[in-house]
Amino acid sequence: MANPLKCDLCSKPATVHLTQILDNKVHKVDLCEECAQEKGVTDPSGFSLADLLLKASLNPDQASSGVRCEQCGFTPADFKKQGRFGCPACYSAFKGILDPMLDGMHKGTVHSGKVPQKALERRSLYEKLTKLEVDLSEAIKAERYEDAARCRDEINQVRQAVEQKPSR
Amino acid sequence: MTIASLIDSPSELTDSSSSKSAIVLMTRIRLARNLAGHPFPGWAKPAQRERVLEACREAVGATAFMKKGLGVGLDELGELEKRILVERHLISRELSGSKQGSGVVISKDQAFSVMINEEDHLRVQVLRAGFQLKKAWAAINEMDSLLEESLDFAFSADLGYLTACPTNLGTGMRASAMMHLPALVIANQMEKVVRAVNQLGMVVRGLFGEGSDASGSIFQISNQTTLGESEEQILKRLSGVLQSIIEHELNARARLLEADPGKLFDKIGRAYGILQNGHVLSSNEAMNLLSLIRLGVDLGMFPDGKRSVTDRLFIEAQPGHLQRAQKGEFEAGQRDILRAERLRSEFANFARPDFTLSANGNN
Repeated sequence: MANPLKCDLCSKPATVHLTQILDNKVHKVDLCEECAQEKGVTDPSGFSLADLLLKASLNPDQASSGVRCEQCGFTPADFKKQGRFGCPACYSAFKGILDPMLDGMHKGTVHSGKVPQKALERRSLYEKLTKLEVDLSEAIKAERYEDAARCRDEINQVRQAVEQKPSR
Repeated sequence: MTIASLIDSPSELTDSSSSKSAIVLMTRIRLARNLAGHPFPGWAKPAQRERVLEACREAVGATAFMKKGLGVGLDELGELEKRILVERHLISRELSGSKQGSGVVISKDQAFSVMINEEDHLRVQVLRAGFQLKKAWAAINEMDSLLEESLDFAFSADLGYLTACPTNLGTGMRASAMMHLPALVIANQMEKVVRAVNQLGMVVRGLFGEGSDASGSIFQISNQTTLGESEEQILKRLSGVLQSIIEHELNARARLLEADPGKLFDKIGRAYGILQNGHVLSSNEAMNLLSLIRLGVDLGMFPDGKRSVTDRLFIEAQPGHLQRAQKGEFEAGQRDILRAERLRSEFANFARPDFTLSANGNN
């Protein structure tokens, strides 16, 4: 063969070629002997192909691009190394890299399970409160006293609602 | 509660009355959760890990489920204690080897455990003896909702609960059943089962999770994917797969009994003999012998009540539990002698196998 396959993880020549069919999709991984050993591919009692595909699916261009998570400083190169993200905000920072990776990893690409309703309500109340406080100070500055009174009433209402939902 | 009293008190797994369950030993569900605005444990600096640990320990410890439970930092635990918690499936191997700033909160009955700063900020877990996916989900769902009242979880409308590894996105839920499948192993059909189960989007692992071997013919079957389906849908799919594995195991047992009952009786009879009289038993051999006795109970050769003995010994014959019972650290070779001693005394008064029932096809 003119062009021997390279290991998806370390680019040594690949000698272990693995095909697995998950949910009617064919997944292929090529590995060198060392990586195959390390990942337990030769162990018939099961290993996680998803984990392997995850690291292999990131191409070198993406890994070396200048993108960085504003929140935590994580880079795609770090992901290539660790196979884990740095913080929750990484998911929006690396959306472009993540989307192709998610394709085929799960049953779908959109969440349809439990939603942390209480936590989300609490967060939206706080956001509302912040906005009302800004509105209030602007109304006072512009001497729109009727608006200011309305804001103040609404703030009191939201505060009461917040107090019923204790937060950390 | 202290770690010492927790280890000595009855637990869901070792003292459960529900050892009636023939094939599914235990059901487990875990949820991965993270706090919004905090880096994941693997990327966090020590001070950030400490902050998350403190906030989570307080929130988890305050829930009704954890009343009178144990909450400790991993650095407060000795090596042997960590090993025992791993053997009881209350913490993962990964957590037991983790750096500063990790912890665990365990309920008094050892049915709930919450690992803090493992791969994710929170790994909430519930264990139930037997095949109890629905009950386990109801319990962990309630626990999760309680935590949500005081913790802001990282969540996106599209991707669901955000986790350190994208393979856990969405529900963050991994549900698994620990299954005893001796007949499929004896009949050399496990490889086929593993392949079929994989194609259905489920994963098969050994007794202690990733990379562990399947000694004692015990396997863990769990869902592979977490995004795109609701928790109920995932559990329903898993339940269907588990049911069909149970059926295959039962068929394999029937075939073994029909094709060559003498060979099967010989295996079980020898296992009984070695457990009663052996003097050196490795952990692996002990597991395999206990597995055969358990199969014997299922087939009616031993009284039904004896299943709880084998289920307890599956855990108590592990190195950590053995060393604690003998109050000392021992080399593997010494442990094998102590293990055999322990099993000899357990089996000294264990009813003799009765092969007549099974031979008449009465099961």
